[in-house]
Formats: sequence, C-alpha cells, structure tokens
Amino acid sequence: MVKPMPRLENCSWSCSCTARGRHKNQLGKTAVGLAARVGEMLSSSVSSSPRTLVGHGTRTPSTSILRSNTSSSNSSLNLNQHLVQRSLVLFAVGAFMALVLNLLQIQRNVTLFPEEVIATIFSSAWWVPPCCGTAAAVVGLLYPCIDSHLGEPHKFKREWASVMRCIAVFVGINHASAKLDFANNIQLSLTLAALSLGLWWTFDRSRSGLGLGITIAFLATLITQFLVYNGVYQYTSPDFLYIRSWLPCIFFSGGVTVGNIGRQLAMGIPEKPHTD
Amino acid sequence: MTLTEKLRETISRAFYNHGLLCASYPIPIILFTGLCILACCYPLLKLPLPGTGPVEYSTPVKDYSPPSSEQGPQQGDPNERPDWYLGAPVAYIQQILVKATVSPWRKNFLAVDVFRSPLSRVFQLVEEIRNHALRDSSGIRSLEEVCLQVTDLLPSLKKLRDLLPEHGCLLLSPGNFWQNDREHFNSDPDIIKTIHQHEPKTLQTSATLKDLLFGVPGKYSGVNLYNRKRVVSYTVTLALQRYDSRFLTSLRSRLKLLHPSPNCTLREEHVVHVHFKEEIGIAELIPLVTTYIILFAYIYFSTRKIDMVKSKWGLALAAVVTVLSSLLMSVGLCTLFGLTPTLNGGEIFPYLVVVIGLENVLVLTKSVVSTPVDLEVKLRIAQGLSNESWSIMKNMATELGIILIGYFTLVPAIQEFCLFAVVGLVSDFFLQMFFFTTVLSIDIRRMELADLNKRLPAEACMPSAKPMSRSQRYERQPAMRPATPHTITLQPSSFRNLRLPKRLRVIYFFARTRLAQRLIMAGTVIWIGILVYTDPAGLRTYLTSQVTEQSPLGEAGLPPMPVPGGFLSAGDTKLALSVFPSESVQRSENQTQQQREQKEALEADQQLWAQGLERHGGGQPEPGSKAEVTWGVEDEEIWRKLSFRHWPSLFSYYNITLAKRYISILPAIPVTLYLDPQEALEVRHPQEANRYHSFFPSSLGKLEALDQPREALPKLQGHQDITLYKVAALGLASGILLVLLLFCLYRVFCPKTYGQSGLSHSRRKRGDLPCDDYGYSPPETEIVPLVLRGHLMDIECLASDGMLLVSCCLVGQIRVWDAQTGDCLTVIPKQGLRRDSSGIFDYQESWDQSPDPQNGPEDSFDGSHPLKRMLSPLLPPLFYNQPDLTSLIDTNFSDQAKGVGPEPRHRAACGRHRDTGYDFSRLVKKVYEEQSTSNCMNFAGFPAPPGQAAFCAGLSCGAGEGGCSARRKSLGDEPFAGFDKSSPVSAWSGDLESSVWSLDLQGNLIVAGRSNGNLEVWDAIEGSLRCSNKEGQSGITALVFLSTRIVAARLNGSLDFFSLETHASCNPLQFRGTPSRSSVPSSPMCSSSDLIMCQLTHTVSCAHQKPITALKAAAGRLVTGSQDHTLKTMGLASGGQDGAICLWDVLTGSRVSHMYAHRGDVTSLTCTTSCVISSGLDDVISIWDPSSGIKLYSIQQAGVGLGGLGVAGAPGPGACVWGAPIAGGSLLPDGGCPGQPARAPSSAFPSQLGLCREHLCGGEAGAEGPCEQHGLWGTWAALGAVQK
Repeated sequence: MVKPMPRLENCSWSCSCTARGRHKNQLGKTAVGLAARVGEMLSSSVSSSPRTLVGHGTRTPSTSILRSNTSSSNSSLNLNQHLVQRSLVLFAVGAFMALVLNLLQIQRNVTLFPEEVIATIFSSAWWVPPCCGTAAAVVGLLYPCIDSHLGEPHKFKREWASVMRCIAVFVGINHASAKLDFANNIQLSLTLAALSLGLWWTFDRSRSGLGLGITIAFLATLITQFLVYNGVYQYTSPDFLYIRSWLPCIFFSGGVTVGNIGRQLAMGIPEKPHTD
Repeated sequence: MTLTEKLRETISRAFYNHGLLCASYPIPIILFTGLCILACCYPLLKLPLPGTGPVEYSTPVKDYSPPSSEQGPQQGDPNERPDWYLGAPVAYIQQILVKATVSPWRKNFLAVDVFRSPLSRVFQLVEEIRNHALRDSSGIRSLEEVCLQVTDLLPSLKKLRDLLPEHGCLLLSPGNFWQNDREHFNSDPDIIKTIHQHEPKTLQTSATLKDLLFGVPGKYSGVNLYNRKRVVSYTVTLALQRYDSRFLTSLRSRLKLLHPSPNCTLREEHVVHVHFKEEIGIAELIPLVTTYIILFAYIYFSTRKIDMVKSKWGLALAAVVTVLSSLLMSVGLCTLFGLTPTLNGGEIFPYLVVVIGLENVLVLTKSVVSTPVDLEVKLRIAQGLSNESWSIMKNMATELGIILIGYFTLVPAIQEFCLFAVVGLVSDFFLQMFFFTTVLSIDIRRMELADLNKRLPAEACMPSAKPMSRSQRYERQPAMRPATPHTITLQPSSFRNLRLPKRLRVIYFFARTRLAQRLIMAGTVIWIGILVYTDPAGLRTYLTSQVTEQSPLGEAGLPPMPVPGGFLSAGDTKLALSVFPSESVQRSENQTQQQREQKEALEADQQLWAQGLERHGGGQPEPGSKAEVTWGVEDEEIWRKLSFRHWPSLFSYYNITLAKRYISILPAIPVTLYLDPQEALEVRHPQEANRYHSFFPSSLGKLEALDQPREALPKLQGHQDITLYKVAALGLASGILLVLLLFCLYRVFCPKTYGQSGLSHSRRKRGDLPCDDYGYSPPETEIVPLVLRGHLMDIECLASDGMLLVSCCLVGQIRVWDAQTGDCLTVIPKQGLRRDSSGIFDYQESWDQSPDPQNGPEDSFDGSHPLKRMLSPLLPPLFYNQPDLTSLIDTNFSDQAKGVGPEPRHRAACGRHRDTGYDFSRLVKKVYEEQSTSNCMNFAGFPAPPGQAAFCAGLSCGAGEGGCSARRKSLGDEPFAGFDKSSPVSAWSGDLESSVWSLDLQGNLIVAGRSNGNLEVWDAIEGSLRCSNKEGQSGITALVFLSTRIVAARLNGSLDFFSLETHASCNPLQFRGTPSRSSVPSSPMCSSSDLIMCQLTHTVSCAHQKPITALKAAAGRLVTGSQDHTLKTMGLASGGQDGAICLWDVLTGSRVSHMYAHRGDVTSLTCTTSCVISSGLDDVISIWDPSSGIKLYSIQQAGVGLGGLGVAGAPGPGACVWGAPIAGGSLLPDGGCPGQPARAPSSAFPSQLGLCREHLCGGEAGAEGPCEQHGLWGTWAALGAVQK
C-alpha cells in the first residue's frame, strides 16, 4: 500500500491538471453556447478549422497522459473495470450535458426545417462535447479519489435522488443564466454565484468538494481565458477580461455536480447511469 | 431548558397530536384536503390552456385603426380585448378570392378545360392588382408603397426560389407556379403536374406550396380532373405592411367593378387578428425534455426508497400527487391574488418540483415505518411525525429562508419563481401534513391487517397443545372428546414445495387474471368506438354538425354538399326527367348517382341550348341558362380552412417569425370570372387534347351525349366494386388473423386441464389461500388431525373402511382404531409382547385411550373409561384381553414430549413407566423369552369359554394379548384345527421373522398379508386370529378383501384368490352390513364363535412379471399394477410394479384386460365401478375404462412424486382424482425416531382417500375427521397428516 500511494497521488494531481484542462474545454463550450445565446453562432465564430485543430491538438496529449495515469492507478487498485465503467458513464453524462446546455444557451430561432435543427444542435464546434465529457470523467473520478485520500468519505445525502436533484438544480442554474434578463452583468454573476454556493451547500457540504470546485472553476476560467485569448472562440460581450463574468460560477456548480455523480457512482454498484 | 428545546418540545407535541388526529379520522381529512386542493385550483380555470394554436380576435373593419403599441386606456370592453392585441400586426393579409367557371360548358370540352382557362386569367388579375394605384389629393399611391416588402428567401429554400416572390411585394397567386408569366403557362403541357411538383411526398400537416399559392385548401381549389362542379377557386394573396383603408377600398371597388359578383353576399365587416403562440423548436425542446427526464429520475429514485409499506405504488403515487397538487395550488393561489404567471410554466415546473422536493414525504414515511410495529396505528403515525417534526420544521425554515433571499435579488423572473416556490412550499407542507400523513396511516393500517391475516394460520398450525392459540376455534383438547367437527390444519409451508415452473406460473397468472380476454375486450371496445366515430354517417358528422350550428365560427365547419352551379339555377329538373324518364327508376337506389345523372342530363340540355344560341350568333348565353358561380357563407373566410401553420410557414420562408405576434386578415375581395367556351378553347394546349381525350370522349351529337352518363355510371360502380373487394379482402384477412390469434391465445393461455374442477375452483377461491398460484384449492374448513399414537415403529400399512382403521407397524403390531374417535380398539401384538404387571395395564390402557364417554360403554374392550369400568365390575372380563403394550406406547409417547396429553394422570403413568425404563430391545428380548411360556399358556385356557379364556390369559399368564387372542381364537377353531392347513400356533413361529406387508379390512375382519407369504385373518374387535393360510411362500404385497373373497398379490407377481368360509350362523358379511358402531360390540360374540376357513381357490401364477405393487378391486373387477409398467384388469383388478395394470375377474381369476400403463412403476391404484385410476413413478395419473382398457385421461404432474392416490366423491364419471404428492414429505412414524426416513404408506393413504369418503383417516398419524363430503378435503387432510 505504501508503494502505490505516491503514484496515486501523482496520478491524481496530474488528473486534476488534466481535469482542469478538460474543464476548460467544457467551459469553452459553455462559453461558446453563451456566445451563441448572445446572438452569434459559435460555429460562425469558430469557423476557422485550423485553429480548432490546433486547440484540439494541444488538448489531446494531456488527455492521453491522464488516461494512462488513471488506468495505472486503477490497476493498482484492482478496480480497473469499475473505473472504466464509471469513467464511461461520466463521459457520457458530460458530453450529453454539454450538448443540452449548449442548446439552452442558444437563442430561440423559429425553426421549421430539420436541417436547421440539426445545425442548431451541433452549433458548437465538434470538439466541445468530447472535451466536456472527458472533463466530466476526470472530475467525477477525482472527487471520490480525493475523498478517499483525505480519509473522509462523503456521507451527506448519498443517494441517487439527491444526485438527480443536484443535476436538476445545475441545469436550472444554466437555464437561469441563459434565459433570465438581468439588469446587469454584476447582478447576474452575483446571483449565479449565490446559486452555486447554495448548490454546494445543499448537496455537498464537504470541504474537499468546495476546494475542488473552486480549484476547478479557477483553472477552467483560466484556460477559457487562454483559449479566447488565442482566438479559438470568443464571447460577444465579454465583461471579465475575455469571457463572461458568470462563467466561473457555472464551472463551480458543474464541478460540484459532476463530483456528486462521480461519488455516487464510486459508492455503490454501478447502477444504470442516467445520462441526463 | 433553552428556548430551542422548548420550541422543539412544542413542535413535537403538536405533530404528535396532529398525527393522532390524522390517523383517527382519515376519510374526512382526505376529503377536506381534496376540497382544499380543488378550491385552490379553481382560479386555474381562468388561465389559458397551453397550446400552439393561434388565437383570434376580430374587430369591425369600419373605423379600423391599428392598435397602439402601449397598453393605454383601452376602449370598449377590456375583457374582450386580448393582451396580445397591441401594436401593429406583422402584416395585413388581403385575399382576393377568385371563383371562375367556363360557361356555358360544352360537351366536347376536356377535363382540363375546367381549370385551364380560369387559371389563365390569374395573370391578368395579378397585373391589375399590381398596377392599381390610388390617385387622390395626396398624390398617387401604388401597391408597392403599402405592401409588405420581402427580401431573400431562406438559403435552405433554393427549390422555391422561382416560385415565391423575392425582393418585392409579397403577393402570392397561382400564377407563381409559372413565374407570373403567361407564356410559361400557355406552353405548359401539364398544369396539374406543375402544380403538384412541389407537393411533399410524405404526409405533412403544415402548409404545402400549393396551398400557399392558391390560398385555399387544395380540395376547394377545384383544380383537378374530376371537378364536376366546374368551378375553380383560388386567391391572390397580398401581404400589406400598412393599413391604408382608402387604397384598399379603391382596390376592392375596382376589382368588383371589373369582375362583378352579382350574387355575392359576403359580409365584409370584420378584420380578424390571428395571434400565434410561441413555437417550440427542437432546440428548445431538448433542454426541456432533459429537465423533465431529470425530474422523473428524481421522482423515481425518491419514491424507490419508500419501503416497508403495504403498497409502494400507492404511496409513491400519493407523494407525487402531493407535490403536483401543491404546485397547482401555488399557481392557483398566486393567480387568485392577481399574479398572473409570466414565466413559461412548462419550463419552470421541473425546477419548482425539485425545489419543493419529495424529501419530507420520504422522511415521514421512513420515520413512521420505523416505529415499533406492535403499537397502534394512531400511535405509530403520531410517534413517527413527532420524531421527525424538528428536522422537518428546520428544513422548511431553511428553504423558506433561501427562497426569501432569492426574492431579494430583484430580478423579476427570479422573484416570480421564488413567490411560486414559497407558496408551493407552504401548500406542500400543508398537503404533507394532511393528505400524505393520512394516506400513510391508511396504508399502515392495511398492512397491519394483512400481516394479521398472514400470521393467523401460522399460529394455528402450532401444536394444538399451546393454549395461547389465537382463537378458540383452533384450540382442541387432545383426545378429550370425539370432536365432531374435526379440523385439520396444514402449515402453509407444506405447499411451498409445490413450486410450479415459472413458465407455468406466468400462464396461470394470465389464465387467472384473464388478461388476454380483457385486453381483447378492451381492444374491441376501442375499435368499435373508433368505428362509430370515424363512420362517415356516424358520430363525428353529427357532432360536427352540432358544433357548427352553435359555434360562431360555423363557417369553418363542414362545407355543404357540393351543388352543381348550373343545377340549382336551371331549375328544370322536370324537363330533364321528362326527357329521360327511365332515370327516375334509379332515383330510389342512389341519391348521389341520381343527382349526377340529372346533372349530366341537364348539361346535355344546356349544351343543346348553347348550341342553339351560338347558332343565333354566339355572344353571351342567356343569364338563366349559364352556369353560375355561387357565393356562400362558406366562402367568407376561406382562410380558416387552411392549416393554422399556413401563415407562420409562409412568413418563415422570409425569416419572419409570427411567434407571439399577430397578423390581421382583411375580408376577402370576391371576384367572379365567367369564361367563354371560346376562351377556354383558345388557351387549350395542343398536347392536352390528346392526353385527355380518353377522359371525356369529345363527341358531338345528342345521342352520345346522352350516353355519357350511362358510361360514367358503370365506371363509378366499377370503382366502388373494387373498393368493396378490397374491403372484403381486408376483412377476410383480418378475420383469419383474429381467429389465428385467438387460437394461439387459447393454446397458450388456457391450461391443459381446462375442464378440471380443480383449476376453476382455485380461480373461484382466488386469494383465499397462499397456494392458489399452484392450482390448489383452499380448504373450506380447516381440520385438525386426530393424532393416533401408539405404534412403536414406522407404519407399514394401513387399511380402513370408514369405521375402523387398521394400522400395522414394522414390528408387526396391528392396531385397530376407531376411525371416528381415534380410540385404539384393539392391539394385535406380536406374540410375547406383553406386560408382566397385568394388574395395571388397564389403567395404562385407559391413559392411552381417549376417555370418551360415548365410546366407553360401547367399546368395552377398550376399557376406555376406567372410572366407568370400576363402577361396573360386572363388565365382562374381556377387558383384560386388552393389549398391555400400552405401557410401551406410553413411554414412547411421553418421550416425544409432545404435550398432547396434558392430563396429570397421563404424566403419572409416564413417570411410572420411566422407572421401568424404555429400553425397547430389552423389552423385545423379554418378549422373546416369554414366547416359550406363552405356548404352554396357550392351552391353559383351553377348556374355558372364549371370553373367560381370554380373561384368564390376560390375567394369569400375562401373555401378550395378541397371543392370547390367537390362542383364544384357536380355541374356537379347535374342532377344525385338524382341517386347517395351518394351525394358528405354528403360524406364530413364523410371525416373528415376518412382517405385515399388506392389510385389508372388512367388517370386523382384518386380513394381513405377511412377508413370509402367510395370510392371516384377524378379528378386529377381539384381536383374535381367526384363521391363517400359509400356502404361499412369497410375500404378500397387496391384498384385497371383498365380501368373502380375498385376493393377495405376491412378490413373485402371482395372484392368489382365497375364499372365506364360515361355518357358523354368523356370516362375516354381516359386519360389513352394519355400519353403525353400536352393532359392533355384539358382533364379536357372534363372530368369535364362528369358524372361519380360508381356502385358496385359485392362483394366477404369473400375473405380472414383476412384483405387484398395487391391487384394487371394485365392481367385480380386479386391477393390478406392477413394476413391469403395466396395468392389468382382471375382472377384479390388480396393479403391479411392472407398470401394467391388469383387470382380473374376481370370480374366475381370469384376466380381463391388460393395459400398458406407465413408463414407470405403478405405485398406486384406485378403482371405482366406472373407472380405474392409476399413478406411477412417471408422475402421470391415468384414468382408464376398466371394461375396455382404454385410457380416458392422463394427467401429468409436474415434478411431484405421487405417493398416494384416491378417488373421492361419488364414484362415477364425475369422480375427482386426487394425487397426494409426497415428494419430500417426511412421515414421522408414530413412535419411531423422527430422524428415520419415512416410508410412505403408499397403499395407506390412497386407501384412506378412496375408502373413507365421509371419514377421513389420513396417514399413519391417524388423522381423521369428518370431511366435507368433498374430495378436496381428503387431499388436504391427508397431506396434513403426512406433514405431521
């Protein structure tokens, strides 16, 4: 047990790094969705394929490293299969949420033709859902990992009903950020921040969860800034350097939610995942 | 005590009281809650129902001005004016409705002529409209200024680029099909094809291009080849940006001037404003659906946690109802206080549910369920509530606080959401407290009742000695009374091993619930409903006509029957009829056909006139004779007949959304066009003449014109015929399918044993018994077995005739029991088993017997009532013949410590015998030693009269009473001893090594077949050996005792037929003929004096190849079943281990028939006068006709070994066959060690079942009791006995 420990820690650290990276992607995607919400299609803004490719290329290695790390730790824990299952579930959840939340951000168009609908669904760049999925997988695995590392397993409201509630609230936060008309950005950001904290308090209440959430939000925001700076995509009305100021809140609540799912998955028998 | 604690105490107390209240008056409280919900939801009726359909509002066209964009002080009735009627509409739609016809119609015209020339006029009309300009004082205003200018079509609509206007006025007309170019039109060889070019191939509800350009629904346009009306309508649709009343008026008047519609009565009074709801695209739908899925997952995972209740589904439903109705209440209350929801209800609904949550409900359930079960329901509810009161209140306060904080974000949407949430939370709390708690209390009460019901029989199954039995009904004083209503209870678990395969259980489930039948029934009802509804002459038409009569928008209803234009105006039907009188005959047949014919005839008439007129110099035909275009009320707002998606889709082509906006539709301008035949001929395309020639053969001349309707008629009929054939074929096919389906269903769902009473019985009794799944019927009464104790070893065989029960154990001890009371009447012991101390044996005996006051005097030999015997010392000394083995039995009895005989006397006896020790081997040894002495004792009592001799034997020598009785018997037989082939004395020596393998009983005679081949006849009452026959060497496996004949089946497969002969006045058959017990005491005196001889009359040496296992006799036939898998009927039947049943003739011993019965050994047999029933190791029960040997039925038992078989009920075709499954049923031998593997008295309990129809003596445990004259109970009772 002594031997695997450092490796695990190492791995988890790198995992978190990669998680952040991926989370950035997710953030990017959400940001893209928001941009679209403001009125411009992300696809149009990210129309240049070389840039997308570059962005994707930079992400891929880190992902693979992370995967290898994760898998090695898994094998050391002799939970290989379980971990793979969990990560697959989390990936599916993340990718699905990415698509759905992206749609939420897109402003209404009266669409009558299916071609257009399909175009709407995939209005963001193609790399957004996979990146979000990967990020979700990493975060979802990271949470229980850190829990066990800290030796304080999460006990608060550990049941699927609570997880579903958490997901619903997360979607609601996204909904609010997309649909509600706020007087100004500050108000919007503050409201969302309060909602995110409320989410954490309602469903998590663990120090590790808070810390990890904040870290994720911070890193994801950083990476989004970096992406936007490099012109991978952009926001229509940035108010926080290059991005929207409420992004960190979304990232935070997303992290908490995915962590919740990951913990629940890690806890029990891998129940049939609810990919919603 | 701090404030918190005080508060906590108070809350808990309040909740406790509330719980008590709820659980005490569940129904009133639920009613009250329901009323509250309804009252709160009442305001919801005012809210508009959700839907995407457009909403209309009409204003008079006079003084119309577009409404101001601000919601200023409204004129008129504010209630009528909808909210959306603000600001200018997206567009004003002006339709010019054109109706055109070629008049007069010539017979030689083609079908295309109906619409070709009318359509050609559209270009001219459009030109007129486009060029219309209003010249007045303010200058010249052209259409371009007022019309709605459109830009590009959407990029995805490249196909329609040439057809829809771009960069200019939005003006649609059928001319757009030909790019508004008349030359295009003229050169178009096939108009219909052009028009339908862009029709979607698939079914589509939204507007098609044809509808868009024609502006009327396709079927009203009249552009098709079968337009008999010959009126073509289309519209020129004009979208206007601004409302310029003067321009429009001038346009209207000009068009009317140019194309007058003399008989037009259209009301042109109202502008109709159509508001379109927000449309939900897929992009919107996906997140919405996702949130709903999450919501359902949440509800699912929440309600899944409800546990330990009676009905999970019921409570889950109650929980969901609680949440949903609290939401409805909140919306209703908010509406009541003037807060109209502005948020999209569908969108915020899931979030509201999630915020309100199901947590409290779950917590409540859990807390209530976890209270002690043995408490009263009220108290449980109250305790559960008060336990969780503090946390519930705390959560509630927290949530309210959070929501209040949300309220102060000052974002209107969030504020509204919070308001709803707060009201929802409060009403949810209310509902939880009143509705859910009450439902929970009902549920808990139901569960307790169910538990109670479940528990009762289990307790009743406990040994009856337990005085704490739940109800007196199950209590029974063991051996205290004859217990006329004996009941036998069985443990429910005894049937648990009767598990049927899952497949069968599914089928039984289907069969029991009649699922298939019900489904088919429901399907039929729905089908009939659909038929009635869709029937063209049926309900729907009626309903629509009703609705159209009442509705103000009645014009949108069914169009009246199309009436040919020329027909009504012509009005000379009589003339036509006079010309063609023969047609009047057909009138009665078919109204429509007739009308058509009339029309044709009229047209022919008209044509004649037209020709005549043309001859006069051409020109316009006379007004009276020409086809006239009528304007009916149905034309007034013809746009209503368009799809409601018509306008949104039209505007969406130009990327203009109508969602949440409205358009104003101006009254249509009617335009009537009459076209000359000449004109129609001119515009005709050369190719069309050829193509459509076949449709309407252009022929001049009256005769052919007259023929035309006749031609059209068969054509029509042919068409109808084909439809008829199609329908018939379809009907036939579906009928065949239905029959097949029903057949399959029948095969699948109906069990094979459909006609058996067992299944139907079990259906009837469904739910009464836990085992009804398995096709077994529940007992009507429960029967407690009467336990007959006394045997030391396993019971070897049993025989009974309703009155007496004879059992024999492995040791060879035969006991005779009273089948009704369970008293041991006689013990026929092996020789030498006797008590030394005969002085007390009568007491011991009496302990063993049930002190039955009734039986006491009668069964005097029993000495069943010691007190009585003491009081009457003059009683015959026969008492002392009674078996003294009782002591052994007693000891054993007490060893078992069943506590059945709780009487102190009994215990005393036990104690006494414990001193003597219970070493059975020692006793047996002693018995052996004493046997020698018993021989001499034999003759000691020789000269004495039988009764006294027995008395002496019992008293003085103390030999085993069996021996005594044997001796006594032999005394009686003495004169004939010399003739007897076997002397009883010598037989005794053999008895030691042999055991009794088979028994039969008749009257008071017991026939016992021994393993050494001896056949013995005993007196059941006296316990004396009447005669013995030891001719056979091979053991007797089965016996039948029938009147004076005895049939013995031997191990070597041979059958011996014996006859009993009596040499005294008393025939043993007498005893059989005296069923009442009272006559029995007198019989021994008589029978004991008889001399009975048993003579072998006949032997069938090789009846079966293998040992005969079963032997039954009835109606002069003998059926044998053996291990050689055959049944043989021999007039008197025998069964063998050969799997065969033979039917033998009982008199001659000849074999009557031979049935190859089973694949396995024949294990048991039963026969009645009408049938033979056998069961074998192959788990099949077969029923045979004994005379012909034909198998009537066979019943396959699934995996249950049949150990016994009996026929109950009246012998005859209606007899029920009951197999007694003994698979795994361990028989605890009475007095044997419990661990010893049980030997199934396979011959025993079939015989019980078969013979004791009224009185059941089941198994070796001696269960007996009056059965309900029902074969069923036999099985149950026997099973119960086996399980004992």
